[in-house]
Amino acid sequence: MQTTFPRLLMQHAKQRPSAPAMREKEYGIWQTLSWADLAKMVSHMACGLHQMGLQRGDHLIVVGSNRPRLYAAMLATQALGAIPIPLYQDAVGAECVFPINNADVKFCVVEDQEQVDKLLEIREQCPQLAHIFFDDPRGLRKYDEPGLASIDELMAAGEVFHGLHPDFVAEQIELAHPDDVGAMFFTSGTTGNPKGVVHTHRSLLDRAQAGAEFDRLGPNEEVLAYLPPAWIGQNIFSYAQWLCCGYIVNCPESTATVTIDLKEVGPTYYFAPPRVFEGLLTTVMIRMEDAGAFKRKMFHYFMDIARRVGPAKMDGKSVGLIDSLQYALGNLMVFGPLRNNLGMSRVRVAYTAGEAIGPDLFSFYRSIGVNLKQLYGSTETAVFVCLQPDHEARADTVGVPCPGVEIKVADNGEILVKSPGLLKEYYKNPAATAEVLTAEGWYHTSDAGFIDSHGHLKIIDRVKDVGRIKGGANDGAMFAPKYVENKLKFFPQIKEVVAYGDQREKVCVMVNIDFEAVGNWAERRNLPYAGYTDLAQKPEVYGLIQDCVEKVNADLAEDALLAGSQVSRFLVLHKELDADDGELTRTNKVRRGFIAEKYQPLVDALYGGATEQYIETQVKFEDGRTGSVNATLKISDAKTFAPVGKAA
Amino acid sequence: MSKHIGDVVLDVQNISLRFGGVKALTDISFNVREHEVRAIIGPNGAGKSSMLNCINGVYTPTEGTITFRGQTFDHMDSHQVAAMGIARTFQNLALFKGMSVLDNIMTGRNLRMKSNLFLQALRLGPAEREEIEHREKVERIIDFLEIQAFRKTPVGQLPYGLQKRVDLGRALALEPQVLLLDEPMAGMNVEEKQDMCRFILDVNEEFRTTVVLIEHDMGVVMDISDRVVVLDYGKKIGDGTPDEVRNNEEVIRAYLGTSH
Repeated sequence: MQTTFPRLLMQHAKQRPSAPAMREKEYGIWQTLSWADLAKMVSHMACGLHQMGLQRGDHLIVVGSNRPRLYAAMLATQALGAIPIPLYQDAVGAECVFPINNADVKFCVVEDQEQVDKLLEIREQCPQLAHIFFDDPRGLRKYDEPGLASIDELMAAGEVFHGLHPDFVAEQIELAHPDDVGAMFFTSGTTGNPKGVVHTHRSLLDRAQAGAEFDRLGPNEEVLAYLPPAWIGQNIFSYAQWLCCGYIVNCPESTATVTIDLKEVGPTYYFAPPRVFEGLLTTVMIRMEDAGAFKRKMFHYFMDIARRVGPAKMDGKSVGLIDSLQYALGNLMVFGPLRNNLGMSRVRVAYTAGEAIGPDLFSFYRSIGVNLKQLYGSTETAVFVCLQPDHEARADTVGVPCPGVEIKVADNGEILVKSPGLLKEYYKNPAATAEVLTAEGWYHTSDAGFIDSHGHLKIIDRVKDVGRIKGGANDGAMFAPKYVENKLKFFPQIKEVVAYGDQREKVCVMVNIDFEAVGNWAERRNLPYAGYTDLAQKPEVYGLIQDCVEKVNADLAEDALLAGSQVSRFLVLHKELDADDGELTRTNKVRRGFIAEKYQPLVDALYGGATEQYIETQVKFEDGRTGSVNATLKISDAKTFAPVGKAA
Repeated sequence: MSKHIGDVVLDVQNISLRFGGVKALTDISFNVREHEVRAIIGPNGAGKSSMLNCINGVYTPTEGTITFRGQTFDHMDSHQVAAMGIARTFQNLALFKGMSVLDNIMTGRNLRMKSNLFLQALRLGPAEREEIEHREKVERIIDFLEIQAFRKTPVGQLPYGLQKRVDLGRALALEPQVLLLDEPMAGMNVEEKQDMCRFILDVNEEFRTTVVLIEHDMGVVMDISDRVVVLDYGKKIGDGTPDEVRNNEEVIRAYLGTSH
């Protein structure tokens, strides 16, 4: 695209000045900001920043939630040829020190007192930080810090300057080239300092445009901006694509009102990570359980129809007259009102990404008529690498490469991407840049995956975790622990899974049951149990888990590549894996290596062929005391299947 | 940085209150200056709420006078008190549980509404204009107290801490010059207390409202008050800045007891 962010803004302001650009709910009313209003706001802010000394190529930090004036600040920065860096509003002060010093930031535009306090607290460590402008003056009246001023003051000064030099902003905007740096995003590295991902106007806008064309987004879309602006996804959905398409971005009243605002706005284009969809579903289910018997019956009756008919309908297949009529009735009685309640009655395109989504959760939304799809991308690729076309959405793939993207699978299974949306570099970090960006322009995603027979990309694991089966019937087959674990975890009865198989002849897993779900299940079957350890070792529970494992095996067998990852043996652990015992990370990811060491006898028994094994484990209680749990665990074999591909 | 505390706005002189033979208050005198946060503390049954009720016009003091902005009264009339710009919140909440947050706060605007019942009931022109105007004021309070998410929720469904906030909102709707708070932090957890403290200080700073508050939690009182009156068994035993009060022998004796 031969354009820049501020040029797009001015174009909209010129062509459709009175069309709404943004809305923000304030004092109970949705207040509209037209493109012309916005252009004026941006011009005044840009003039103000120029007077304060913001230079071309300087960096400016924006911290806060989705507020129109913060988005305007990003545009004003770009209008002057400077580079906005959005930071996470919930990051603590110490986490902001590195980005601020790394990019030598002198200017900050922040939302409110909370953010001002945070920056003042680290000011000693960032001596170059000269100017802090805030949007909401509440509580800041008595602050007397050098360089601290409100956006109102900044804009008032800018307005005077703009009056004297009416062409200044336009000239500045013309100076910019699409290949100039447009914005920078810091990615939270799991180790070491965060890295600044440098994007040009072109890379961001090209991807925004590609995504918009793919889903035919137009100027009439409504979007609710509720995720942190520092996250590239939010930045693409409510900034880059907003300027590309000229649609309307709605800012919620506060973080607590998002669900209410969602219902009021009724977005047509919606994005949420899987956990948001899961949260919404849980709320619906709980409210349905509390509803009257008639309503509950009706809900379940029609949801059965939806599960049967809905996904096929969404995929554009014909489903027969009777089913169609039943679905239409269900739509009138249940699905329509439900969509309305979720704020999704106008959703034309909804995306989820970031982590694997469970097939039940995914098909629930599709079955009630929400066009939920998946996409694949990262900060470094300006989001859009793969997208699922309408009618081709599936829970276990992330879609087809979108226009302009080339994908290659390296020998080690890593996905390599070539796209106009790739990062320019990591800021001041050529070593890290060289690690991920080859001379031929391929970007190393560090995700392992493959293109399936329908041309869809399937992500299976991080490259570093993918292993190989050694010896036995599946010698040399790929082993993707996280893929297997996730597939098992999608069953509500299973809470955690640890899979082993790298450099071994078969795959074995240790399972943690979900105490609530399985306990509930046992009670409904009049199965008495004395506690977690007892319940976990019930033969019935083993049967239940065995069913899950075998379903996963059948599923894995359909993929020639992953058939070797089928689970041969499993056991149900006698205690819940816990971060306090070091078995999980603080973000609840299993620590495979640590667990293997701690439960060495169990791993040996899994591979040694024993049918039971005694184990004694130290546990740490929440109050810091320690105790021990011991049990004799049964070990079960699971049926594996011949790979579908090979049999044919 | 420091705020400007002005002249005396409310002056309580030699107030005594007796219910038959029970002496609830005996010869209490203290004053409240413009724009300060003034706390009344004391052990259970010390007469704190009674004192507030005298200022507020719920009780008629047996003796003594109350001077508000130069006008001296020997008893206050609760309607008149509200009209003069003194609002209060209640220790045990007195909200309309079945009504929404919005409507509850709207009731606080009642005194400021000019159109009569007839116009309001029929939503005739002037009444509707007026309602929009008042709604705007109420929305600012909702925004200030950060209760936007509960605008339409019936108050009875809200947790206690939020109900307290709504109670404060209704008092603020009166746009008071003096705000009387009866144990605004009673029964709250630490986080709710911190929030409430921030709101009280913000009201004091942003709206320049004078605050008189009764509180049990000594920590809170000492942190946010400019001056403190200490009551015990209906008598004033201390008056001064938090530091002065903290070191006052009699106060220590009343609160902690001493060995004899």
